[in-house]
Amino acid sequence: MASLTNRAKVLEQKPMNFMERLYLPAIFKGMAITFMHMFKKKATISYPEEKRPFSPVFRGLHVLNRDEEGRENCTACGLCAVACPAEAITMEGAERKTSEEHLYREEKYAAKYEINMLRCIFCGLCEEACPKDAIYMSETFAPSNFTRKGFIYSKDELLIPNPVNDKEKYDIAKGMREAQLKNK
Amino acid sequence: MSEAVKTIKVTIDNITVDVPVGTTILQAARMIGGDVVPPAMCYYSKLQDSGGKCRTCLVEVSKGSEADPRPMPKLVASCRTGVMDGMEVKNMTSPKVEDARNGVVEFLLLNHPLDCPVCDQAGECHLQDLGYGHGKQGTRYEFKRRTFEKHDLGPYIQLHMTRCILCYRCVFVADQLTDKRSHGILSRGDHAEIATYIENSLDNNFIGNVIDVCPVGALTDKTFRFKNRVWFTKPVNAHRDCKCCSGKVTLWQRGEEVLRVTARKDQWGEVEEWICNECRFEKKKTTDWTIEGPTHVSRHSVISQGHYENVQMPNETFKAVHGGRNPQLLMDIHSVSEVNDPSIDLSLINGPATSDVYNPSTKQA
Repeated sequence: MASLTNRAKVLEQKPMNFMERLYLPAIFKGMAITFMHMFKKKATISYPEEKRPFSPVFRGLHVLNRDEEGRENCTACGLCAVACPAEAITMEGAERKTSEEHLYREEKYAAKYEINMLRCIFCGLCEEACPKDAIYMSETFAPSNFTRKGFIYSKDELLIPNPVNDKEKYDIAKGMREAQLKNK
Repeated sequence: MSEAVKTIKVTIDNITVDVPVGTTILQAARMIGGDVVPPAMCYYSKLQDSGGKCRTCLVEVSKGSEADPRPMPKLVASCRTGVMDGMEVKNMTSPKVEDARNGVVEFLLLNHPLDCPVCDQAGECHLQDLGYGHGKQGTRYEFKRRTFEKHDLGPYIQLHMTRCILCYRCVFVADQLTDKRSHGILSRGDHAEIATYIENSLDNNFIGNVIDVCPVGALTDKTFRFKNRVWFTKPVNAHRDCKCCSGKVTLWQRGEEVLRVTARKDQWGEVEEWICNECRFEKKKTTDWTIEGPTHVSRHSVISQGHYENVQMPNETFKAVHGGRNPQLLMDIHSVSEVNDPSIDLSLINGPATSDVYNPSTKQA
């Protein structure tokens, strides 16, 4: 076939010389590189047992915060939802009854609060928009799943454990960073 | 007197306009429009005698008139000051006005609880707009903000006295629109509050308009309370045949539900036509209304974030391509999500939703 531009390079296929035909020198050279890497510092970690520290600005799964008396901070003001560029957050507000004052901090609260983790891009704008210190991004990421159903996180999954009833779990949820800071 | 309407010249921020005799500076500025219009929290052009209380509309008069060109010694409330021929007014060009207005906003916010995340007025609140425009980041006030005993104003109107800025607009509405006013301002000074003297619900047929005239969230709609944020609802113009009012309203919808009905508001946030309580509180179905189309919302308002105006829906091609078959839904969102449960019709609940509404155990009973 005629060349279109006359700039095509013709592939040179020289016959291999003696050393190349032996093959073994090239194999030993490659194996030597492999062997050398055994003594080098490993770039990987054995993940589930060992975990890398996250950067201080890491934005992971969301957490709905409670105050020190264990009352929910969120008042369903909708600022996180309006700030969310992926429209992942939905909520429904309700009025607190007098019998529920130990559960919610203010007279309005989020009766339903859902984050669609498939939509979420973990940009952290919700955390920034929140006027009530109610939503934070933690240092974990959403576990993988085979179906989409598990990715719509409701309040059960998002709320931080109650610091009054469940101090132990609350401290774990507060994260390793806080413990690390205390140790220093 | 001469038959022709006499006009006089007034210059506001170097823009000259001809206005009829007896116009106030604020009205003249509104004739020009745009940024030269001073903000007004208490003045309401549709209510007689309103204005002169909040002091947010203060302007500097740098030249009194052609006959007496001396400047006025102090800043004047533009809603209550009539224009003179040849008057020169400085609003946004005067640093004195800017400074005074910042001070006024600080005073208005002294006792304001700043509970915007809870307040239903957030997003259409004039005090919020004013605070963004002129407010400072912090407060210098160190004392406890005033609190009040809660007054119940009946099934339709929710009063939050802590948010009130005492603009008297609701008092004028009751005086001028209804035949008998049953609420007013009690006590003096720091204790002044909106209330009915003896626990009394406001039930005049036009009393619902106090919700629309309130510049802050002190008087809000109980039937809309906490149901949604204003900017997540879709405002549409609608009308119906009403015996007692014009029936021209704005519906605030969520899907097909009518969460709230308000009067239509003009660019100054003032009601165009008063509506009656029946239209406002009782007609919460889309079938009650003839829908005209999305309400125009200024793009500076957070309410415009839904972009409902001039929407062109794309043609669904799936059905045509697949021989009339609709796409198969792989997941119904309601099987996973609990938000916007189709079995809960928020618009039909009078008053705010509580845990009873959302709690499945009481729902089954």
